[in-house]
Amino acid sequence: MTTDLGFWVLQTLNALQLSMLLFLLSVGLTVIFGLMHFVNLAHGSLYAFGAYMAASLAGVLGYWGGFFLAPLAVAALGAVLYFTLIRSQRRAGPMAQVLITFGLIFVAVDATRLIWGDLPIGIAVPSVFEGQLALLGVEYPIYRLFIIALGLAVLAALTLVLTRTQVGAMIRAGVDNDQMAACLGINVERMFFLVFVVGCALAGLAGAVAAPVLSVTPDMGLQILIPTLIVIVIGGLGSLKGAVAGSLIFGFVQTFGAVLLPTFNSVLIYALLAAVLVTRPEGLLPAKG
Amino acid sequence: MKTTFKAALAGLAMSTAMSGAAFAEDIKVGMLLPYSGVYAALGQDIDDAFALGLETFGTDSGATFEIVREDDEVKPPVGLAKTKKLILQDEVDVMVGVVSSGVLGAIRDTVDGAGVPLIVANAGNDEATGEACSPFITRISFSNQQVNRPMGKWMVDQGVKKVFTIAPDYAAGRQMIDAFTTAFTAAGGEVVGQEWPAFQKTQDFGPFLANAKASGADAVYVFFAGGEAISFVKQYDSFGMKAELPLYGSGFLTSALYVEAQGPAAEGVITALHYVPTLDNPENAAFVAAFKEKTGRIPSEYAVHGYDSARALVEAVKAGATDRATLAAALPKVSFTGPRGELRIDPATNNIVQPIHVYETVAGAEGLTQKVLATLLAEADPVNGCAMPAAVN
Repeated sequence: MTTDLGFWVLQTLNALQLSMLLFLLSVGLTVIFGLMHFVNLAHGSLYAFGAYMAASLAGVLGYWGGFFLAPLAVAALGAVLYFTLIRSQRRAGPMAQVLITFGLIFVAVDATRLIWGDLPIGIAVPSVFEGQLALLGVEYPIYRLFIIALGLAVLAALTLVLTRTQVGAMIRAGVDNDQMAACLGINVERMFFLVFVVGCALAGLAGAVAAPVLSVTPDMGLQILIPTLIVIVIGGLGSLKGAVAGSLIFGFVQTFGAVLLPTFNSVLIYALLAAVLVTRPEGLLPAKG
Repeated sequence: MKTTFKAALAGLAMSTAMSGAAFAEDIKVGMLLPYSGVYAALGQDIDDAFALGLETFGTDSGATFEIVREDDEVKPPVGLAKTKKLILQDEVDVMVGVVSSGVLGAIRDTVDGAGVPLIVANAGNDEATGEACSPFITRISFSNQQVNRPMGKWMVDQGVKKVFTIAPDYAAGRQMIDAFTTAFTAAGGEVVGQEWPAFQKTQDFGPFLANAKASGADAVYVFFAGGEAISFVKQYDSFGMKAELPLYGSGFLTSALYVEAQGPAAEGVITALHYVPTLDNPENAAFVAAFKEKTGRIPSEYAVHGYDSARALVEAVKAGATDRATLAAALPKVSFTGPRGELRIDPATNNIVQPIHVYETVAGAEGLTQKVLATLLAEADPVNGCAMPAAVN
């Protein structure tokens, strides 16, 4: 089995698909943390909210309605959260932030349960992406290829914005030293708000994209939280490159671990996390330095 | 002298029994179900159907039933605390419920020690009617091995010689698959590979599906439930595997409760379960109609557990049971024909003995429906280390 080229192609695509999903989630979280030094544990709940919104909207407007509107809905929710909770807790220190956002997770789980019920929801893959595509000798679901392509597109767009535009330069300045950036006349508060909302929208997008592949359940946000945190800790807090590296490492270790070393699979990623923390406490590609 | 004493005692017992029947008896039922948490929908189905069962069968029993509800939150410590409350504070005569096998394991000793009869309305772990069996615990739902074992021989008979199995890596997953593979290999089949994805940590089954595809199997046999079942069935279909590698499994995979969320991906999947809402018998027709009327939903296998639990309780009361001790003695003796078919309790283990229905999920006029392919005869589970002591209080 392992000498078959098709096996490696298939599992590599599986790994890439998982990596890109995690990338969409972790990039928002990591930039929010890097820029605002704010620990948002409820990021997974925003992802779940995105998936539920996508599932509901898909019933009315079709898949693409959910795909485009769910991230906007999550961004709107993010804006509400920002003005009610996040802004006032910005300087409250990590402990208060962790407690508040951790509490938000439970509120979110029960809120989704009240609104959408306990039973898992599923939505269909859009008809354009139904079926499989023959690729290097394997048949691979087109929708999964779409997830990979979407992740790469978002990565390209973010790289472009962060490295080539004025807003990107301001964000990078804010991550490096927010007080100095403020002294130079950058409205750091407004930039924080912008980044937070975009991060939320990306989490919502991840939820909308994941909904047809996974089932939409109230605890999906909680399930994805730990992988996302592992990704940003391995990659290094606050950096785009770190989020990419962390997602790829997690995706490949998880996928190939599951098929090649099934007995150790659950331990593998945590062992790697521990190794990174011991040798590179800042993560592999941290934002500063 | 001795005989007169015995006769007097018998007379006394008779008169108490008769006075019990003469007055309207009040039976206090403690319902221990998850009303919140991941299994809340299951708890609701059981609760609704239990109430329906009491309405349907309980009116002419001469007894009134009072229900005390407690939420076990699917957490073993919470379940244990609520059990103690029901037994000590509410002083219930009988307990009904328990969805999670973990909760059942946690409350087993308390229920057994207090001598309170418990009707298990879902939890399927083999131990509860195996090595940990109790004269006070009667299971009216199913056991993990029971729903999977008959499929082993049936699939070999259908010409499936080689299977690949996939199930989550926890006790129920192992018990379901092991029961199937034992029967499958005994009937001459071969298991060519197995995968055990981490339970509730695996969202993407793609990596495992690739292995199944490469294994050279004739078919894949799986067990998943709830959200994982939906993800699995959809992903299996998205890889286009259904055509070349038919999907079989434990019937929870395509439960009527959530098959709609799987959509067309579930079409053609063949599984076995102790109940599907499309079973063709008068008892089931009456049950489905009454449940739909009451709740607007189609009854699931969980609902039928609640319905039959109520019926078993009523039958025990009709047989003269009035309190904890007499209910515990009467419950394992009940037998009736319900929506699932002919049911009885195996006296060796207090587990239910029931037919298993093989069904295919097919597209019907109103969405997906279950087409029953075969009904496999009821057989009692092996005793599995259960030494049933007499019920002593």
